[in-house]
Amino acid sequence: MAVSQLVGAKIHRREDPRLITGHGHYIDDFTRQGAAHAAFVRSPFAHARIKSIDVTDASKAPGVAGVYTARDFKGQLAGTHPAAPAFVADKKYIPERFPIAEKEACYQGEIVAAVLAETKGQAADAANLIQVVYEELPAVMDLEKAMASGSPKVHEGAADNISWDMTYTGPDVSEAAFKEADVVVKERILQNRLAPVPMEPRGVLAEFETYDKKLTIWMSSQNPHFIRLFVSGAMGLKESQVRVISPDVGGGFGSKISPYPEDYLVPALSRLAERPVKWIETRTESLQNATHGRGQFYDVEVAAKKDGTLLGMRMTQFLDVGAYVGTFSAFQACACLMAGGAYKWKGISARTIGILTNRVPTDPYRGAGRPEATHLVERMVDLVARELKIDPVEIRKKNFIQPQEFPYTQNFGLVVDSGEYARALDVALKLAGYDDLRKRQADLRKQGRYLGIGLSTWIELCGFGPSAATAPATGGIALVESAQVRVTPTGSVIVYTGTHSHGQGHETTFPQIVADQLGVPYESVELRHGDTAEGTAFGYGTYGSRSLAVGGVAISKAVGKVIDKGKKLAAHMLEAAEEDVVYEHGAFHVKGSPDKSKAFGEVAFASYGMNLPEGMEQGLEAVAYFDPPNLVWPFGTHIAVVEVDAETGSAKLEKYIAVDDCGNIINPMIVDGQIHGGIVQGVAQALYEEVVYDDETGQLKTGTLLDYMLPSANEIPPLSLDHTITPSPTNDLGVKGIGEAGTIAASAAVINAVCDALSPLGIKHVDMPASPDRLWKMMKEARQ
Amino acid sequence: MIPAAFEYARASSVDEASKLLSKFGEDAKVLAGGHSLIPLMRLRLAQPSALVDINGIKELDHIKEDGHKLRIGALTPHVTIQNSSVVKDKLPLLAEVAGEVGDNQVRNMGTMGGVIAHADAAGDYPTLALILDAEIVTNRRTIPAKDFFKDLFTTALGPDEVVTEVVFPVANGPHKYIKFRRRLFDWAIVGVAAQKMNGGWRIGLTNVGPTPVRANAVEKALHDGAKPEEAAEHASDGLDPAGDLRASPEYKKHLARVLTKRAIQQAQGQ
Ligand SMILES: Cc1cc2nc3c(=O)[nH]c(=O)nc-3n(C[C@H](O)[C@H](O)[C@H](O)COP(=O)(O)OP(=O)(O)OC[C@H]3O[C@@H](n4cnc5c(N)ncnc54)[C@H](O)[C@@H]3O)c2cc1C
Repeated sequence: MAVSQLVGAKIHRREDPRLITGHGHYIDDFTRQGAAHAAFVRSPFAHARIKSIDVTDASKAPGVAGVYTARDFKGQLAGTHPAAPAFVADKKYIPERFPIAEKEACYQGEIVAAVLAETKGQAADAANLIQVVYEELPAVMDLEKAMASGSPKVHEGAADNISWDMTYTGPDVSEAAFKEADVVVKERILQNRLAPVPMEPRGVLAEFETYDKKLTIWMSSQNPHFIRLFVSGAMGLKESQVRVISPDVGGGFGSKISPYPEDYLVPALSRLAERPVKWIETRTESLQNATHGRGQFYDVEVAAKKDGTLLGMRMTQFLDVGAYVGTFSAFQACACLMAGGAYKWKGISARTIGILTNRVPTDPYRGAGRPEATHLVERMVDLVARELKIDPVEIRKKNFIQPQEFPYTQNFGLVVDSGEYARALDVALKLAGYDDLRKRQADLRKQGRYLGIGLSTWIELCGFGPSAATAPATGGIALVESAQVRVTPTGSVIVYTGTHSHGQGHETTFPQIVADQLGVPYESVELRHGDTAEGTAFGYGTYGSRSLAVGGVAISKAVGKVIDKGKKLAAHMLEAAEEDVVYEHGAFHVKGSPDKSKAFGEVAFASYGMNLPEGMEQGLEAVAYFDPPNLVWPFGTHIAVVEVDAETGSAKLEKYIAVDDCGNIINPMIVDGQIHGGIVQGVAQALYEEVVYDDETGQLKTGTLLDYMLPSANEIPPLSLDHTITPSPTNDLGVKGIGEAGTIAASAAVINAVCDALSPLGIKHVDMPASPDRLWKMMKEARQ
Repeated sequence: MIPAAFEYARASSVDEASKLLSKFGEDAKVLAGGHSLIPLMRLRLAQPSALVDINGIKELDHIKEDGHKLRIGALTPHVTIQNSSVVKDKLPLLAEVAGEVGDNQVRNMGTMGGVIAHADAAGDYPTLALILDAEIVTNRRTIPAKDFFKDLFTTALGPDEVVTEVVFPVANGPHKYIKFRRRLFDWAIVGVAAQKMNGGWRIGLTNVGPTPVRANAVEKALHDGAKPEEAAEHASDGLDPAGDLRASPEYKKHLARVLTKRAIQQAQGQ
């Protein structure tokens, strides 16, 4: 790479002026001439038989262009909702899922009918006039009861409610470790169900051109190429007939990866009605229907020696799949593979059970599996430390994988690329003033006040990922990444990537990489993404903190190819041998004679001319795919300081320190932004958010933002951030992902702090969210 | 999230508003700041046939000192009350409460009359109105606060009656309002108001029942010389709050006691 000026620079996000001033382009900013508006009728019951649907009144309502039920879509859409095998090789039971229910609705919010009208108000009014007669069926809500043999079924007539049950490593694997143990600590750890709440809800605008048989879909997606693949397949079209355009995406957090019923129904409606159709999700629809995250519990046992040496773990993940299996739902089982965290273990036994319930499906949500793993192992390590009366810092340092042990093959055969865990921990302790905090804690305890300090020495795996690991996980398509770099005759550069930013700032960071490598002005590099009609044949989307570590590297490879061609051409122009041409500071030079040189722009211009070397084609552009040899493994230490009000149980986050290591940093400002947002989401899970359904009826109780406790900036103290840098040895940029890290780390730090605060009362474990009423009740019981 | 269709008319006087309300009939509603009504309409929990917009009636937006009284016009937004030097001087408790209603957007839009007429159990002004013996003035009559709040979202107002003013007494002695909530912009899970007035304490509770509650037993205990922490033990006497996602009934009663103690202590500490 050229002398680095831009990589590592705090450049303001290029996309911000337009986004902050309201000039972004979200789905609701688009329309097509003659578009009809769609509204959907959704099951008000968690589980019901659909006896009849009467559309008479709705059909006659003002402005109505059509009313549709499942039968109308039968000839339009084929197949069932895709469910990738992900980390669960043998799925036992994947219920059939058609985008619209015909005979049975299995979660509150499942679509049963659709209306098209001239305005969205008319569509909503008419939807209210559709009369559906339901026969309510028992709702399966509790995971343990759902597993019992006599349980009612989530889907009538099914054999049971188990979607998968997979043992990665049996009890024998940890047997020796447990035999050797001086102490065994057990806990059940809950993972509250969360709603993703992107600022922009989902939305689909589809135009099927009847004569050309071409379909264009504008939608808010993290993953436009996969949507093209799924929707074209279901609609009986060729991928080449379908174009998916995803402009600015106002957040996703994983909820815009998988296809949704509306993603099929809106294009099908356009084909049926022979006009464009638009649908914008409401906030309540979003809280009810966008795939939820977490929704799990874990039974865990940890074996350790008296001196704090960790020996073995046995864990079972019980995962609420929801009513249908989400496309990447089984990916969440990676919590098992990551359960060992940053530590060395003799043996880990792990099993995952995916259980169906009459709730909206779960699917990856920021971190997907890694926050759960971190929460689990960091809680358990604290519990062991407490049992043995060892400081939480000491037990961590004692058990860390050591710097000289990398690459380190962990218990499940995954190879951790690099790390220096104790260094990040030390930096964080210093930043936090750990010893002073402990002193303050002791002083406050004397006054009857509960201050707690919580650590989370997190690691994660991201940057999905190597073809060998990911092709089997998706059912065939490897999650590599593609890039195309095109140089125009005047030397400006257009970069196409198959990732798609939904808030990560790729329009800024990716051009930083390119401008540096080419030595051209940053302003002359433009990034384009989110349109399947542009760039390479296939792109893989943005999730799993993969965009830079896979997509960024692919771009860098494509730039390398452009430089290679440029060298050939420059050699020809300079009448030098190709081996003698070097590329530096934006120009091709002949080694040893610096005056013999051609600027990048000159070579670009010449590449479109007539004086080319024998056999060279015109143009200066290249395509590259990057298949990473391994995943990347960021890590760090977060420290939360929480005071719990002894009377009200209110947990106040006072201070938050985060030292993260994502390898080389392209733009520190964007990294900090990602960490900020990530931490807040983790804090939100720990203290505030929870999707609540009625235990009996399955009615969603958190259907508005008044009830769903999304915190705001007011609730979050200033965050103190720092970094260590341990470059990844597995890619040329030395980068690791950072999009999910904050969320992966934070819930454990906060809950460890709450548990530490309440330790004088003998309270060992607190479930999330640690709301005041929950803590008050626990404190009251502990004092009795 | 898309309201049902409705008629709309803008009134330029109270009289006209009342006439429009009669014309549109019982399902018509006054539109003030819209920060309670419009969210309900978007969820179709309210489907008024017509809205009579009173935002053009400028004379309803006022704060007047009137001897030992403070007259707050129904259309006065929270932000004006919060920043009013008269209110800060004559009834600082009200200015402080106004500053803690919702967020900036809510305080810019929401109004005194709207909170009073809406009668949400978690509304903050109704508690102050009750304990301070405020009066609610309408285009027809004057109603003492203690007779105004009938039930959850239910008041003594008739269908074409418009709130024009809320009249509070001057009270600038020791006072405190503690609003217990999770997020800064949230409604109270439980709120407690304490105001020293005419030599005695007035103590009120928010969101522990369908209407605001005056904690008579606490006031009496304080009158009889009890310490704040002793008197506050009576704050939950006779309460039967409904539980919700934020708090169980027991927890609300507990909060009523703890916050009452703190409110009195903090008021005394001023
Ligand atoms: C996020 C959020 C947080 C909030 N937090 C709080 C809080 O903490 N505490 C609190 O007290 N409030 C809170 N509110 C409510 C806010 O104060 C509202 O503005 C208020 O409840 C209603 O006032 P409004 O002027 O907006 O009335 P509108 O919404 O316009 O009307 C409300 C009801 O009152 C009727 N009405 C209004 N004015 C009159 C009148 N002059 N005569 C007769 N009837 C009338 C309307 O017909 C309607 O039924 C919050 C609101 C939001 C959106």
